[in-house]
Amino acid sequence: MTDTYRVRRGDSVENCNAVHFTFDGKSYQGLAGDTLASALIANGVHLVGRSFKYHRPRGFVSAGSEEPNALVGVGATQSRYTPNLLATQVEIYDGLVAESQNRWPSLETDAGFLNEYFSAFLPAGFYYKTFMWPRTAWKKLYEPVIRRMAGLGRAPAEPDADRYTQVFAHCDVLIVGAGPAGLAAALEASNSDATVILCDEQAEMGGSLLSDRSASIDGMQAAEWARAALDELRKRSNVKLMSRTTAFGWYPHNFVGLNERVTDHLSNPAANQPRERLWQVRAKEVVLAAGAIERPLVFTDNDRPGIMLANAARTYVNRYGVVPGKQVVVFTACDSAYRAALDLKAAGAKIQVIVDLRKSVSGHWVDKARAEGIKVRSGSIVRGTSGRLRVKSAQISNAQGGDAETVACDLILMSAGFTPSVHLFSQSRGKLSYSEELRAYVPGESVERERSVGACKGLFALEGVIESGARGGRDAATKAGFSPRGERSYTVSAQSVGADAFIGSVMTDHQAEKRAWVDFQNDVTAKDVRLATREGFRSIEHVKRYTTTGMATDQGKLSNMNALGVVSKQIDVAVPKVGLTTFRPPYTPTTFGSFAGQSRGDLFDPVRKTSIHSWAESQGAQFEDVGVWKRAWYFPQVGEDMHAAVARECKVTRESVGIFDASTLGKIEIVGKDAAEFMNRMYTNAWTKLEPGRLRYGVMLREDGFIMDDGVVGRMATDRFHVTTTTGGAARVLSMMEDYLQTEWPDLEVWLTSTTEQWSVIALQGPNARKVLEPLVEGIDLSADAMPHMSVREGRICGVPTRLFRVSFTGELGFEVNVPAGYGRAVWEAIFAAGKPYGITPYGTETMHVLRAEKGYIIVGQETDGTVTPDDAGLGWAVGKAKRDFVGKRSLSRPALVREDRKQLVGLLTTDPKVVLEEGAQIVLDPTHPIPVPMIGHVTSAYWSATLNRSIALALVRGGRSRMGEELSIPMPDGVIKAKVVDSILFDPKGERLNA
Amino acid sequence: MLLINCPYCGSRPEAEFANGGQAHIARPADPMSLTDDEWAAYLYMRDNIKGLHHERWRHANGCGRFFNASRDTTTDVIKRTYRMGERPEAEHQGAKP
Amino acid sequence: MQKFSALSLLRAGLTGHAGWQRQWRSPEPKPGYDVIIVGGGGHGLATAYYLASRYGVKNVAVLEKGWIGGGNTGRNTTIIRSNYLFDESAGIYEHALKLWEGLSQELNYNVMYSPRGVLMLAHNIHDVQSFKRHVHANRLNGIDNEWLSPEECKEFCPPLNVGGAMRYPILGGALQRRGGTARHDAVAWGYARAADALGVDIIENCEVTDIRRAPTGEVVGVDTTRGSINAKRIGVVAAGNTSTVMNMAGVRLPLESFPLQALVSEPVKPIFPCVVMSNTIHAYISQSDKGEMVIGAGTDVYTSYTQRGGLHIVNHTLDAICELVPAFRRLRMLRNWGGIVDVTPDRSPIVAKTPVSGLYVNCGWGTGGFKATPGSGEVFASTIAKDEPNKINAPFTIERFRDGAVIDEAAAAAVAH
Repeated sequence: MTDTYRVRRGDSVENCNAVHFTFDGKSYQGLAGDTLASALIANGVHLVGRSFKYHRPRGFVSAGSEEPNALVGVGATQSRYTPNLLATQVEIYDGLVAESQNRWPSLETDAGFLNEYFSAFLPAGFYYKTFMWPRTAWKKLYEPVIRRMAGLGRAPAEPDADRYTQVFAHCDVLIVGAGPAGLAAALEASNSDATVILCDEQAEMGGSLLSDRSASIDGMQAAEWARAALDELRKRSNVKLMSRTTAFGWYPHNFVGLNERVTDHLSNPAANQPRERLWQVRAKEVVLAAGAIERPLVFTDNDRPGIMLANAARTYVNRYGVVPGKQVVVFTACDSAYRAALDLKAAGAKIQVIVDLRKSVSGHWVDKARAEGIKVRSGSIVRGTSGRLRVKSAQISNAQGGDAETVACDLILMSAGFTPSVHLFSQSRGKLSYSEELRAYVPGESVERERSVGACKGLFALEGVIESGARGGRDAATKAGFSPRGERSYTVSAQSVGADAFIGSVMTDHQAEKRAWVDFQNDVTAKDVRLATREGFRSIEHVKRYTTTGMATDQGKLSNMNALGVVSKQIDVAVPKVGLTTFRPPYTPTTFGSFAGQSRGDLFDPVRKTSIHSWAESQGAQFEDVGVWKRAWYFPQVGEDMHAAVARECKVTRESVGIFDASTLGKIEIVGKDAAEFMNRMYTNAWTKLEPGRLRYGVMLREDGFIMDDGVVGRMATDRFHVTTTTGGAARVLSMMEDYLQTEWPDLEVWLTSTTEQWSVIALQGPNARKVLEPLVEGIDLSADAMPHMSVREGRICGVPTRLFRVSFTGELGFEVNVPAGYGRAVWEAIFAAGKPYGITPYGTETMHVLRAEKGYIIVGQETDGTVTPDDAGLGWAVGKAKRDFVGKRSLSRPALVREDRKQLVGLLTTDPKVVLEEGAQIVLDPTHPIPVPMIGHVTSAYWSATLNRSIALALVRGGRSRMGEELSIPMPDGVIKAKVVDSILFDPKGERLNA
Repeated sequence: MLLINCPYCGSRPEAEFANGGQAHIARPADPMSLTDDEWAAYLYMRDNIKGLHHERWRHANGCGRFFNASRDTTTDVIKRTYRMGERPEAEHQGAKP
Repeated sequence: MQKFSALSLLRAGLTGHAGWQRQWRSPEPKPGYDVIIVGGGGHGLATAYYLASRYGVKNVAVLEKGWIGGGNTGRNTTIIRSNYLFDESAGIYEHALKLWEGLSQELNYNVMYSPRGVLMLAHNIHDVQSFKRHVHANRLNGIDNEWLSPEECKEFCPPLNVGGAMRYPILGGALQRRGGTARHDAVAWGYARAADALGVDIIENCEVTDIRRAPTGEVVGVDTTRGSINAKRIGVVAAGNTSTVMNMAGVRLPLESFPLQALVSEPVKPIFPCVVMSNTIHAYISQSDKGEMVIGAGTDVYTSYTQRGGLHIVNHTLDAICELVPAFRRLRMLRNWGGIVDVTPDRSPIVAKTPVSGLYVNCGWGTGGFKATPGSGEVFASTIAKDEPNKINAPFTIERFRDGAVIDEAAAAAVAH
């Protein structure tokens, strides 16, 4: 098709560059610089969508981001398909593929239109009143049908092929909106050393100036001035200009979110470019110059394709050179529509009549229209329209009623005045005040460091807008601590369009039964709003929620004020008393991917690896995620599954020697004169008498008395402790220690340092551990007498300084070799090589779990769950009873913590030794008890023990320690498992092996 | 993302800090002498003020120090930050010592 | 009460819907009531309804400072489930779930309870153990909850990124099929309408400014922005504002109020069949009947009454959602809002008598209150009517913190070793 509605060169399009695209499979031609909307209008296409509820045919209402109707799906492939984009914002490029939405089988013939015939039975909130019988039918019958009817576009079916990035930025002055006020603000603010960011949602900056052919500034035509101003700003090194960038959200403390669309308008974006960037800007001062949005008029059948906001038409004709219609009826409550009519007339359209709601009309624009021979009918309304897929005629009558005159047309322009865009101001928690004159809310008192300028402040005359912008820019720079140089003056020549406005429905009382749309997309009519108020929904929030007005993708940009007007009139309460729905981010819909940014796949969370990780990887280890750490889980050899690998690792370790990477354990160095006193207060144990060179197992509680963490602690010197924590608990433990040290006991001379990353920890366990280690160690006597269980020595291993712990989490003779992390892998490999003659095996966390369970050693987070006391876990021995105080001590004597029937840690042996219990399985006394079955505990750990050649388990059981020998039941879905309560130490109860 | 003025380092984004809850709740000197009710009050009872609230922050990803902030919980505006051991400027709106 | 049905809708449609009456009256406050409920959210309205319908106390006023259902009832992600671990929690949430199942019919208001299934994903071995513990406990408590393998998760919810490259891959999930969603506003309105029909006065724009007590200590009434109102029994159900209201009676509570955010995408055609929650990577998501993806975010770290939170919280929520469903990266956020959640130290609610005679409190539901609405209202009504706790809410006292008898579900799902 050719663009027959292109009447002349538009300022924003390049005539020479034809661009080809498709819409609903049909090829069209537009010009570079066109939006999809302007290009389709150039081709005479107005039918672009269907409404949400009644599937009414819809066309373009606006030319910007407030568009409620022209939603399209864009993208040639599923991995780059985006639903619900606005045709008024989509920039065309060669090869663009767009389609209409929410219609079947086609846009022209949509089966969903059936709803329209039943619309009498589908008023606001109808679904709350029906679909209740029978009881299960909502889920099974009604809801699926409703869901299929609802929704707009379809979600892409494949993972997104694009990338997104995020940028943090700081500036002195952020200016939102690059229309006349924003440009003036930027010129002034940047005429200083202040760093300035000026952003605008559109592809081209200039805002309303780009559509203005009548005004001039500094002797230049408005659009020309805007381009000159931008050229000037571009030359200033302290200014950053960001087009296609929406300031979507205001967050506390002058933190503003900007979304920059980088590649969507490009035919062949560079591979290294992200699709969008999320800018998180901390601005010292903000200037809001967000402009205003024209308000539709609410009249009967005001939703047909070809019924458009007056200034949108002005934008199409002036910026893009396309006329949205050739036979035009204008319906207005303000002067600006006259200006639009004149611009359309100048482009060759015929203005049939201007219907003005106001009783008496006068002034520059009215006079000019009349002088150009345009018929003006004041005190009148459009009371109806016709045309199925495009408006064909308007019925016009006096505002009070009376006979209607039918006027043929292919375009109806409407304007009820302008609504200032106070979204960001309101998000910043500034107070809004209602202006009776403007019939709109305007910014009142600020809470954050910002000021509104221009149309978003309720100023509509160009001279005042520019003056306000300039003043705001200077003010912002000054408040940010800069001195703007010289004040420039702006010579503006423009005729004001005044500030007349109307809110609510223009329908006469006789038209109560007719439908006039308040919210186009969601199909909410004035009648629906009135029904809601009759049913008692009077707060505007209730009206919104009951009717869904303002909940469409334009979030009420076009509908909110009119809904307020309808409610106000219906219940006879002043508009400000009806309330105002809260403005929430984002200003316009914003891509999920930009919020997610780079955080995807492996970058979703940091991956922490030990220095020995790569060795384990080379040995074919399987890894598990423990917090952000990757830990070697088991080391399968060829043909082994996990079960076989773990059984082998256990056996070798028990019989000879195994090696385990324990580097992920948290480590904290506690140093200072009062280190022991600090330890006494933080841990349940007593530390004063622990001699240097000795280790002790420490238990740490939260102040509420429940186990928080545990670990082996070495006393390196009287004033120095080497503390270990659980892998996941390190940061928590250090943070809690710092809390007490800094805020409760600042008098203690103690310093805490996280050393988790500094040490590699190599556990060598098994009867041959000493033999393997001995030849590698210098300066330490490893003999049982010189270095008994639970001792620590400093010396060298493989020439590297080490803190050598004699400690065991397996029940075997064992050592933990701490070496500086940089040497971790080298020392590991040396020990492994030395172990070869003994058949050494590396083992992973699973084997570690089995070996420690055989010994009844707990794992915090597995045997404990934040509700377990030391006594519950069988660790009463680790609590220093004589100590006057330690964190959590007082809580241990609370009534619920001393009850006899608390759950206590015990061992469980299944009657059938082959059956391994499931971790998390519940334990009961009477499995035949009807549901609910009283539960007395649960299995915390359960494994196959190769050592004992049977299954083993640990469990928390009510009064468990007094149930030794008792047989309990574990009811599983496929039958009851019986198990006997035993001591939690199932292997080598006397500890002969670890003392070897 | 609040902007928080660490008394030691200056203004930094909230991401660098950990919140430490209501400020000026001293741990009892001799917990064992307290009744269960008194101990529970220390452990759990909070003013949860709607208005000026004194709270602790730790510059966890910075200098590591704890300090106090007086923040209006109805606007999130931080009126002042001050060091541990110092008293809040205005003890009003229900703020308890 | 005007009966709602397909037939009444049809009849009204033929007469231009002129006959619909107010769904609840807008009465002036009377000088006194038998019971005053402070707070016109879902829990407060449900309490009033059950007081009138089940416990014969009909001289009841619900005082709401703004518009009913305007707090967390109107700003949550509408998830309903009862697969809690501990008997106490399971008891109260299952009580609620059973009421949900017949609520539309009981209230004659379609609250759109949709048991589409709540799938909680496991991302590490610790999650797997923890969820299995839940599944076993739930089974013995008569609560449906089943373990799904990763493949079964994918089958139940096809858009999930099972087997794809993920930092924390999906290792399975616990599914409660009776869990699902409901239409949150309708819950408030349905209870309001049904309570109103039984004689309850629902008084909006009426802020309580003081709780009056006799010299002997017991409550005698409240002062409000619409005058003084007498009552010998007062139930406070003020969610995030509970601390403020209870302070009026000199009662301190172990509560803190945090911002909790949620967001929705633009509507799209049906693609996401159930509710998916992931505690490990912090996200939950479902698709509303309208087609929006309804997504819950985490709380901010500081207390606040501003009903908004930080952008970084939203970023972290959406990166998790995009990991779970990479095709959703191109969807767009339509609206993001905040609520105030009142949280107790064990993150379980308080539904109890207070030290002040005649004063009752229902609070501390944290991030999970919506699902409990019917059950919470029912047991609170029982507690107020009988001046003693019901068996179901008996564990949810204030004194449990003194005694150490905490009900700590979150700790039980604790962080890994």
